[in-house]
Amino acid sequence: MSRSVSQHALPIRAEDDVVLVRRKVRELADRLGFSSFAAAAITTATSELARNAWVHGGGGDAIVEEVERLGQRGIRVTFTDEGPGIADLSRAMEGGFSTVRSLGLGLSGSRRLVDEMELDTAPGQGTRVVIVKWKRL
Amino acid sequence: MRDHPIPILRVGKTLLVTIQIELRDTVADAFQEDILSEIERMGAPGLVIDISGLDTVDSYVARVLVDTGQMARLMGTEAVLVGMRPEVAATLVRMGFQTRGLRTALNVDEGLALLGELLGRG
Repeated sequence: MSRSVSQHALPIRAEDDVVLVRRKVRELADRLGFSSFAAAAITTATSELARNAWVHGGGGDAIVEEVERLGQRGIRVTFTDEGPGIADLSRAMEGGFSTVRSLGLGLSGSRRLVDEMELDTAPGQGTRVVIVKWKRL
Repeated sequence: MRDHPIPILRVGKTLLVTIQIELRDTVADAFQEDILSEIERMGAPGLVIDISGLDTVDSYVARVLVDTGQMARLMGTEAVLVGMRPEVAATLVRMGFQTRGLRTALNVDEGLALLGELLGRG
């Protein structure tokens, strides 16, 4: 089980908020000493998912956490929105299918960039996505 | 030209665009329109977009970049994307992003040389 070391809650209520969430994750990755590749991966996944919450979910919230598990440090980001949810999840995860903007790479691409991803959604129920990236020991 | 901080320079007959700041979506959209307008205004046969200053490129920005290259090409301008950092290349490929034939080069010098060849002035 991972332990939360610190956490920051950030709103996603405007386009600029997507940039702020991304920047917060980048700062944390740099502070924890992530490699440039790992930092780019978690920052990019954050950008995709924050944009999804903004564009498809009509806005929401992000929680950026430093987490620890058996001495290993990582970053966990939780995105929640109260939007329409995702009806066809398997299709959304295939990637490449495009909705309004930002395309289906948002979900499928993000999953390939992180170590853990958990998705909770249903039509009309909003969407909650949790991603974790661990610093390599 | 709208108010966004992305300089569009002219090197010979080539337009050189250097992206130094992380792009908000609407800035990326405005940037695309400004480049295309500038290509027409300057009658530029070549376009180099330098993204060496970007440490993160997500699928939206990548899509704008690829689309811009395709749009320029439709207009008759050869476009080359240069300076992609290794972590950005790794991230885009792992996400499954398709670059759809966009020309790339390691850096601005290589990009200008490639354009010279493409335009028959090498």
